[in-house]
This record gives sequence, structure tokens and C-alpha cells, in this order.
Amino acid sequence: MNLTLHVWRQKNAAARGRFVTYPASDVSPDMSFLEMLDVVNEALIAGGEDPIAFDHDCREGICGTCGMMIDGQAHGPRRATTACQLHMRTYRDGDEITIEPWRADAFPVVKDLVVDRSAFDRIVAAGGFITARTGSAPDGNAVPVPKAAADLAMDAAACIGCGACVAACPNASAMLFTAAKVSHLGLLPQGQPERHTRVRGMVAQMDAEGFGTCTNHFECEAACPKSISVRFIARMNRDYLVATLADRGEPASAEGGTG
Amino acid sequence: MSANAIPTPLRLNRTTGRTSSFLASSIGRKVVMALTGLVLFGYVVVHMLGNLQIYLGPAALNAYAVKLRAMPALLWGVRVLLFASAVLHVWAAVSLTRANVAARGIGYRERRNRESTYASRTMRWSGVILLLFIVYHLLHLTLGTVHPGFVPGDVYHNVVRGFQMGIAPFFYVLAMLALGLHMYHGVWSLMQTVGLSHPRYDRLRYAFAAFITALVVLGNLSFPIAVMTGLLKDRSSSRAATAARR
Amino acid sequence: MELRSNVPEGPIERKWEKHRFEMKLVNPANKRKHTILMVGSGLAGASAAASLAELGYNVKCYCYQDSPRRAHSIAAQGGINAAKNYQNDGDSVFRLFYDTVKGGDYRSREGNVYRLAELSVEIIDQCVAQGVPFAREYGGLLANRSFGGAQVSRTFYARGQTGQQLLLGAYQALERQIGLGKVEMFSRHEMLDLVLVDGRARGIVTRDMVTGEIESHAGDAVVLGTGGYGNVFYLATYAKGANATAIWRAYKKGAAFANPCFTQIHPTCIPVTGEHQSKLTLMSESLRNDGRIWVPKKARDPRPPNQIPEEDRDYYLERQYPSFGNLVPRDVASRAAKRVADEGRGVGPGGFGVYLDFADAIKRLGANVIGEKYGNLFEMYERITAENPYQVPMRIYPAIHYTMGGLWVDYNLMSTVPGLHVIGEANFSDHGANRLGASALMQGLADGYFVMPYTVGHYLASNKIEKLATDHSAFRQAEAAVADRVRSLLGIGGQRSVDSFHRELGRIMWEYCGMARNQGGLETALEKIPALREQFWREAKVPGENEELNQSLEKAGRVADFLELAELICLDALERRESCGGHFREEFQTPDGEARRDDENFCHVAAWEYAGQGQKPIRHVEPLSFEYVHPSQRSYK
Ligand SMILES: Cc1cc2nc3c(=O)[nH]c(=O)nc-3n(C[C@H](O)[C@H](O)[C@H](O)COP(=O)(O)OP(=O)(O)OC[C@H]3O[C@@H](n4cnc5c(N)ncnc54)[C@H](O)[C@@H]3O)c2cc1C
Ligand code: HEM
Ligand code: HEM
Ligand code: SF4
Ligand code: F3S
Ligand code: FES
Repeated sequence: MNLTLHVWRQKNAAARGRFVTYPASDVSPDMSFLEMLDVVNEALIAGGEDPIAFDHDCREGICGTCGMMIDGQAHGPRRATTACQLHMRTYRDGDEITIEPWRADAFPVVKDLVVDRSAFDRIVAAGGFITARTGSAPDGNAVPVPKAAADLAMDAAACIGCGACVAACPNASAMLFTAAKVSHLGLLPQGQPERHTRVRGMVAQMDAEGFGTCTNHFECEAACPKSISVRFIARMNRDYLVATLADRGEPASAEGGTG
Repeated sequence: MSANAIPTPLRLNRTTGRTSSFLASSIGRKVVMALTGLVLFGYVVVHMLGNLQIYLGPAALNAYAVKLRAMPALLWGVRVLLFASAVLHVWAAVSLTRANVAARGIGYRERRNRESTYASRTMRWSGVILLLFIVYHLLHLTLGTVHPGFVPGDVYHNVVRGFQMGIAPFFYVLAMLALGLHMYHGVWSLMQTVGLSHPRYDRLRYAFAAFITALVVLGNLSFPIAVMTGLLKDRSSSRAATAARR
Repeated sequence: MELRSNVPEGPIERKWEKHRFEMKLVNPANKRKHTILMVGSGLAGASAAASLAELGYNVKCYCYQDSPRRAHSIAAQGGINAAKNYQNDGDSVFRLFYDTVKGGDYRSREGNVYRLAELSVEIIDQCVAQGVPFAREYGGLLANRSFGGAQVSRTFYARGQTGQQLLLGAYQALERQIGLGKVEMFSRHEMLDLVLVDGRARGIVTRDMVTGEIESHAGDAVVLGTGGYGNVFYLATYAKGANATAIWRAYKKGAAFANPCFTQIHPTCIPVTGEHQSKLTLMSESLRNDGRIWVPKKARDPRPPNQIPEEDRDYYLERQYPSFGNLVPRDVASRAAKRVADEGRGVGPGGFGVYLDFADAIKRLGANVIGEKYGNLFEMYERITAENPYQVPMRIYPAIHYTMGGLWVDYNLMSTVPGLHVIGEANFSDHGANRLGASALMQGLADGYFVMPYTVGHYLASNKIEKLATDHSAFRQAEAAVADRVRSLLGIGGQRSVDSFHRELGRIMWEYCGMARNQGGLETALEKIPALREQFWREAKVPGENEELNQSLEKAGRVADFLELAELICLDALERRESCGGHFREEFQTPDGEARRDDENFCHVAAWEYAGQGQKPIRHVEPLSFEYVHPSQRSYK
């Protein structure tokens, strides 16, 4: 089949971007969306043009590197599917497809469809961990974890950090990502000692990065390739409230522990 | 672009108080909005129920108004709470909305929504309409400034006369529709914001929001409609007013 | 070049303990004076970086992705082994050690493998403490499954996302240290050269993949945890960016490359659909527990699978290996699939596929039970192929999945270059000629959490390491060389895309150095590869410039290295005139087609030393001896 693509091209963070239209010909329905872009890029290279830059790595929906807005939907039209796992049989001959990068000021465009998501790393660095120095751990079975808690923690932990939630949220909020990590660790007994500092630190960092706030649009869950539930946002809100009530106005950052 | 060590973190330092850090955070302000929203919307429910007495006739309604005035502590307590809530609510709404607008400097050319609702996307507009409405409404039925036939104390008369004149009833209807949108999203959104969520009860959340919204909106809408259709008439009002004044 | 394994003396179960005592320690106050460069943030790299930083060292960590959390370890599905014996089914450190040595077809070093088995236990504890949400029983204790044909249930798992969860655990520990300022993280930085000063590894040269800046970084020791090199085959289960560049540059600077031809092929991947295919997706091996593998008896049978009656089907694994059936080890299953495809009996477009049929299992257990066990895998398969495995048999085919070879390291995981340590899949250490399922994650974490903190310290404490700044001439030279190379890549000025060269290289490798190899084929490959390499440097087209995010340039650099490494792989395969593990030489097989090892002549590690541009590399040998697990022929009949 033959398609027409409208792709956002932007040379670098400082440059102004614009949409450019490209034909994509001889697209096989078995291709993934990224393979379709590969083919377009081969043609661009052959024609002496700069290929479209887009982020990708595993191409099997687990690393969270890929991601682009496809016709106004993060990762494209299929639910629970990353761009690399979106196959071209979703499209019909003659379709026009608009491709844009994630849009959020906290995710500045690096080039074309590539954005800088290091804000997520900094949110994790601000508390998204359990302090367990290597070698200091008790036996794995010393603390039983109820299966339900472990399963729910795993649901939250499945987040691949792709940023689609931010991209899809009308407010460019990072609540779903942050809530997923807060919940994953907060649900486990191991995560209890730092539960309050964790949520306060991560939320403070999330705000400082310039993400929007959550007004419960639930677009994030719909766009999330791992179907992370917005219930985790409610859980984080609860945790945050409790943490504020329980703690003194103390810092919420990672502290101490280095020797 | 070398390291990604924490750059400008809003790392709360030891001197930051709990309250200020809470209010500085997005979730904190959301909670303020939710709690003040709860107060406001609690008032709206009670207010609507109180106003229903209009159907019992002027005497009942006006007597109710008198009863309220007989308890100045309660009245002023409620007023202060309401006013404070409204101010905080609007403050939170404005500051969060600004943050949200700023978070996406460049928007999308194409955009398809999947889960968000018309109500959720128009909260800031329905909110603005409500704010305008409240100002107007106070001038209209409490102070009477914009009410040509205003009779202090004759609530029944004021309402019925008020809805008989000009575009006022239409503005009320419009405002009640905005209230419906704002309340429907607001009510369950509020529960999400304060962390009330459970797989088993989440469905109930929407049902509850729809129910309470329908109740308030239909109740409130009934007043102007009843007046416009002639169901409620002003005939007995002056007598009752004198009675009330006595 | 001398290959000293440095495995400590003494009984095997005391070696590591004894060694830990004998190793020198760095005074706590001095640790912060040392800087360690950690290249890679996978399971091995992230765990090492975090643990070293916890000890007080300054660590600089590099990865080519935009975040350390995306290293390819994230893709591992199945699980991680550990000799916990929580199931009370007879597992022990010794048994895990034994299975690993045997599984590796007696081409690994006993001392290292024993330590790996020993440390496996601590890994689980560590990961649980970090909050890795391993699967649990109803009582709240850890669940296990048996994996990869093991007779005990020793595999810990987190749904089908074990690698992801383990990596996130290590990543979180790493981020914590980044937040504390103990680790400086360099994402989107690719290491392009190793810098030696006075014969020691003292730094690296990187390219900032966003700005193109070529930068030098100096340190007291360098650790490589840059993963495997399987992408030399183009189509593989690796991430697209996985590369050999770091280890290849180290090799060219003097680190010996061990057993490059030991590559693993995984039997259950989704087959290729066409020329556009950019990578292969692995499906968990657990599918073989219930699926039956078959092909039509007749070559090029045009009928759809459901219309082929029982009597026209060949359940070839069950036929050839009655006792193990569909559960024979990876290499055996893979070769059998290749054999039937070569006979023209392969299925699906192109004929490179075999059926994996669940019809019987669904009849026996019901679609619900099958759905519960494999639902998400079925979904993934359907998403990719648009075929519903509940109704039509899956199609699978083997694909490159792991590289057992890598830089040669001693017991301390130090390469032949002093100060250069190599961990995880990038080294050759523990898996011999064949890796068992669920043991790569274990090795990466053992190396990172529990070996590096000791042995790097030992290296630092036992050597006098002068302060050094990046204005040293060695850095200047390396930077110039890197910049030069970037310039020449950009200046090739040909017409062919880099990908097309990579694809062609992959085809050569798969054809001649894939599941089965022979002298003639390898010799052909050894002619074709240099020719292709020359063509690459003449005809490739690398658009754009250096001073920007230039994915074509990144690719070109990696492919250029693969074009060199491929030759070494074939050379190693040619010289190893025996069949063992993943290395199957058709000339060396038993009458019934099984691999025939030659312990007389090849019971050794082959480690290659770079001899200069255009020179044949030198093959060194580290003999292997087996005191505890005595070599025997594997048999799965
Ligand atoms: C699909 C799949 C499934 C698997 N399933 C299992 C399983 O179930 N159980 C199991 O035990 N094993 C499994 N494995 C194997 C296992 O996942 C890997 O062997 C292991 O994770 C490798 O870890 P690593 O840390 O050595 O390298 P990686 O995780 O590959 O990390 C490499 C790191 O090095 C960085 N890097 C690479 N080159 C450069 C450079 N030039 N400059 C800077 N940085 C660089 C990368 O950015 C990355 O951070 C699987 C592998 C695959 C592909
Ligand atoms: C006066 C003008 C008002 C403005 C500008 C305003 C604005 C807003 C905004 C922007 C939100 C957040 C949107 C969201 O959560 O999706 C909000 C939420 C809410 N508003 Fe208002 N509002 C106003 C009046 C009211 C009134 C009168 C009520 C009561 C009837 C009310 C009740 C609520 C509730 C319950 C919420 C939900 C809080 C939450 O999600 O946590 N608001 N309002
Ligand atoms: C059609 C619907 C409504 C009717 C008929 C109505 C009627 C009235 C009347 C008659 C009064 C004056 C009472 C008195 O002076 O004793 C009043 C006061 C007030 N109304 Fe309404 N109202 C309506 C809807 C609303 C709504 C939707 C809101 C809020 C969003 C609201 C907020 C108020 C407030 C804040 C006051 C002032 C209360 C006080 O004096 O303390 N009303 N209303
Ligand atoms: S929550 Fe979902 S959408 Fe957001 S980063 Fe995680 S996986 Fe991506
Ligand atoms: S879409 Fe945005 S508004 Fe909240 S529920 Fe999701 S973060
Ligand atoms: S490329 Fe890894 S999730 Fe898409």
C-alpha cells in the first residue's frame, strides 16, 4: 500500500521545526510502524536527504525508547501497543498519517521525533528506589509479601518509562509515570520505611521539571502501552496526603547512606 | 548535555514548612481544590434542597430564610467558609491551570482524545461561568443590586419576579448546565484527587457523581422553568412578605 | 600474551571466600579519590556502578540510550536462576554449578562458574530487598519455575518481564547514587575508544550523540558492561543499538577476544516476514512445554496447516529425541529446525519456519488453561503476525540470541589489559560454548553486584595509579583517531545505505557461520567479509554531519566494527575443529547427527590477540581442566 506521511522535522533543540510531507510507498502490512519509517528513510538517504530521526531500540515493546504521536494518539491507534509493535496492517492504502514528537516542555525536542526524557530519570533519582546497599539484604524469603500486593506492585512496575502518558495528557502531566513508581515501591513491605520521603521527593521533582498537573482526564491510561491504571494516581495522591500529615517538613530527597 | 544530576530540584530544605511545601506542590493544590470544591458543592446541594421549599409556597420559603437569619453565627460561619473556599478554589484553579498551559508550549497539530470527557476538558470554562454566575447571583438575589423588583426579605417574591424578567432566567439555565458539567467531573475527580479509589467501587463513583449532579441541576433548573411556565406565581408574595416582616 | 586465569588454589567451594580475604582493600578514605569509568548500564553495568558508588568510589557511567533504564537487559523475559532450593527439590550451589558447566559443554572455567552459582543466592536477596516484584506463592513466599529443561525449579521470575524488573532494580539503585552525586551519568554517549597509559586502561573517548562532541574521560579503572555482539548477524533478538564497538576497540587496544564463535541460537522466535524485517522477536521458550513442533512430511506442501492430516505431519523432535521430545536444549532444537527447512519442508512465507502447535494441548487442557499460561505470548504473537495461535499453529524459527564469547577475563574479571574489567555478556566468562536459560541475568548481576566491588578495589589497592588528566597525549591521540574515523565515515561518499551492508553481512554470517558451520562455508565467508568491508568503505553513504544527532553515523560506526568482528568470528569457528554447544561443525558429528566434542585437542579457551591492521590475529589458548564435573557426551535421545 501507499501512504502519505506528514512528519515533524526539526534540526535540533534550538531550531524551528515544521511539517514535511513524504510518500511511503510499497508498505507491507507485515511491517511495523518503525520498519515503515526505516523504508522511508532508506529512500531519503538515497535521495540525498537527511533521514527522519526517531528513537527506538528493542523494537519489541519493552524498552520504552520509541514513541511518537501518530495521528494525535500517543504510540498510534492501538491500545496497549508501542509504536514499534504497531503494525501497518492497521492502515489502508491511501491513508495520510501525521507524525509528531511528544510535546511537553519537560521533554524538549532533540531532533525530529526524538525528545529528551531525562526528567523521568531525575524523578526516579529523587526517591524512586528502595535503599538497599549491596550485600546488606536479608534472605529473599525473610519477609513474605502477600501475593495480591506483589501482583499489584508488578502491575505498576510494568511501566516502561516511554512518556506516552505525558504526551497524551492534555496537561502534559507526569502523574501516571510517577504514580506507577511510587505505587510499585509503596505496595511492598520493603518499600515502607521510605514511603513518605519517596512520594514527597518524587512529586517535588516532578513539579520542578515543569510537567503539568493532573485534572483526571485519564488520557494517560488510554495511551499507556502497558495499561498502567489511573488508580495508581489516586493511590499516590493518598500517599502524598498521608506523607504530608505524618512527616515534619523534612527534606524528601535521597540522603545519607554513602560511606 | 552531560550528566543528568539533579539540576533545579524543588528539593525541600529543612526550613520549608510542611504547609508551604504542600501548597507549593501540584498535588497539594489539587487537594485544596478538591476540598474547597467539596465545600462548594456541598453548599450547592443543601442550597438546592432548601430552595425546594419554594414549592411549599411563599410562607414556607420566607420562614426558612428568617430561620437562617435568626442564627447569625451559623450564617456568617457558612458565609466565611464559603467565601474562603471560593477564593482558595479559584486560586488553586488559576495556578494549576497556568502550570498546565505552560507545560505544553507547543501543541499538537493533530489530537484525538480517547478517555477524557467534554466535562473534564471544559472545567476551566465551566468554572469561569460559575464564577461569573456567583457574582451575578449575589447581586441578583442576595443584595438585589441588579434586581429591579427586589424586596429585601421577600425571598419568594425576589426569586419569582427575578425569573420573570429579561434574560436572567436564561443565564440561570446556562449556568446550571455549566454547573452540571463542573459538578459531574468535579465530584468523582475530587474522589480520585483525595485518593478514594478502589477497583470494586470505582463504578459507583461515576454513578454517584451522575446522581448528585442530576439531582442538583434538575432541582435548580426547575425553579426558573417553573416560573417561566407559570407554575410558580408571585400572587401571594406581598402578603407573605408582610407576614415575614412581622 | 599470557593468559593467567588467576583462579585461586584450594577446594572449589572455598576459592571465592579465600580470594576475598586475600584481595587487597582500599582504605575507606581513599575510595573517594578514585574514579571508575563504567561503560554500560545494563544489569551488569548498572549494578556495578551503583555498588561501587555505594562503597564511596566516584563513578562515571555511560550508555548509548537516552536513559540507563533502557539497556537491552530489559528485554529478558524468562527469569533468573538461583540455587536457593526454596522448592526443596534437590537444588544446591553444586548442582547449579554442575548444570552450568555441563550445559556449557565443558568449555567454561570451573572456578568462575562455581562462584557464579554461589553468588546466585545473594542476588535474589539483593533484588528482593530493592523491591523487584518477583512472582509469589499465595503464602507470600517466592515462586519458582523450571526453565530451559532444568530438572529443578530454580528460576525466579516477574511475569514475562524478569529482565525489566531486575534492571529497574539496579537502575533505581544507580539513580539513587546519581541523585547523591556519586555517579555521574552520561546517557546518549557512545564509547568509541579505550585509552591506555603505560599499558593500563586509564580512560575512554566518547561521542556525545546529541552534539557530536568527542570527549575524553580519565579514570583509575575502566569497566565494560556493554552487552553482546549478536547484531553482527543483523537479524537477531537484540535491541537495534546493541553493538560490539566498545569491546572491539578494547580488543584493538590489546584486550584478548575469547571464543568469538560461541554464539547462541534460540529456537522459538517469530520468523522473518520479508526484506523489511529489522529484528526478530523472541517468544518464551516455555511455549515448548505444551506446544508440539512439526512440519509437513512432504516438501513444499501447499496446504494450510489445519488441512494437513496427522499422517502427513512430521513431529520431528518427538521422532528423533523420544525421551526429551520438544524439550531438547536450544541448540539441538534449532539445528533440527534448520535441517527440515533445508529439506524444503519449512513453512510460512520463505519457508523458514516450523509449526508450534497447541491444538493438542488445547484439546487436553482447554483453551482457558492455555490462555492462562501463555495468553500474553499468544497476544504478542498475534499482534506481530495477525494470526491467532488458538486457531492456527504458531510459526517459529531459530534466531541469534546470545553471545557466549567476549573479551577474555581472568577470575577477577580483568581483561588482558590491566585495569580494564569486563562484565556481563561482554565478557566470555561463565557459559562456555552454550548458555543455559535464565543464567545470563544471573551472571550480569553476580559480576556487577558482587565481583566488581571486590576485584576493582583489589586492582586499585595493588597498583600505584598516578593522577592523570585528559590533557595527556594519549587522550589527544585517541580523540584525534576517533575524530578521524568519524570524518572518514562521513566522507565515504558512496550510494549504498549502511543498513544494506549490515543486512548483507548478516546474510553471510547466518549462511556460513550460523547454526551449522563447515570448513568450506567458513572459508567462503572469510573471503566475502573482507570484500564486503572494502565495499563498505568505498560505497557506503552516511548522510548528515557529526555535530548533530546523526543516527546514520552511529549505525555506520557500529557496522564498520561488525564488518571486522565478523571475520574474527569466522576465523575462530574455522580453527575450532570440533562441535560443542552452540558451535556446530558439520564435519564433527556423531553418526546420528549430534555434536562431537574433541576434548583431546580443543578443551581450551581460544583467545585472540589483535596483531595490527591487515595482520592475522594471534590465537592464544587457555587450557581448561575439569576437576569436579567430568566431561561426558551430552545425549537427549
Ligand atoms: C530477547 C532476550 C531475552 C532474554 N531472556 C533471558 C532470560 O530470560 N534469562 C536470562 O538469564 N537471560 C536472558 N537474556 C540474555 C540477557 O538478557 C543478557 O545477556 C543480559 O541482560 C546482558 O546484560 P549486560 O548488562 O551484559 O548488557 P546489556 O543489558 O545489553 O547492556 C549493555 C549496556 O552497554 C551500553 N553500551 C553498549 N555499547 C556501548 C558503547 N559503545 N558506548 C556506551 N555504552 C554502550 C548500552 O547502552 C547498555 O547500557 C535474554 C536476551 C534477549 C535478547
Ligand atoms: C468559581 C469559579 C470556579 C472555577 C474557576 C472553578 C474551576 C475549577 C477547576 C479548573 C477545576 C479543576 C478541574 C479538574 O479537576 O478537572 C475545578 C475542580 C472542581 N471544582 Fe471548581 N471552579 C469554580 C467553581 C466551583 C464551584 C462553584 C464548585 C461547586 C459547585 C466547584 C467544584 C469543583 C470540584 C468539586 C472540583 C474537583 C476537584 C478535584 O478534581 O480534585 N467549583 N474547579
Ligand atoms: C436556580 C437556582 C438557584 C436559586 C433559585 C437560588 C436562589 C437563591 C436565593 C433566593 C438566595 C438568597 C437567599 C437569602 O438571601 O436568604 C441565594 C443565595 C445564594 N446562592 Fe443561590 N440559588 C440558586 C443557585 C445557586 C448556585 C448554583 C449557587 C452556587 C454555585 C448559589 C450560590 C448562592 C450563594 C453563595 C448565596 C448567598 C448565600 C448567603 O447569603 O450566604 N446559588 N440563592
Ligand atoms: S505510565 Fe505508561 S505511558 Fe507512562 S511512561 Fe509508563 S509505560 Fe509509558
Ligand atoms: S491524562 Fe493527565 S490529567 Fe491526569 S489522569 Fe492522566 S495525568
Ligand atoms: S523500541 Fe523498545 S519499546 Fe519500542
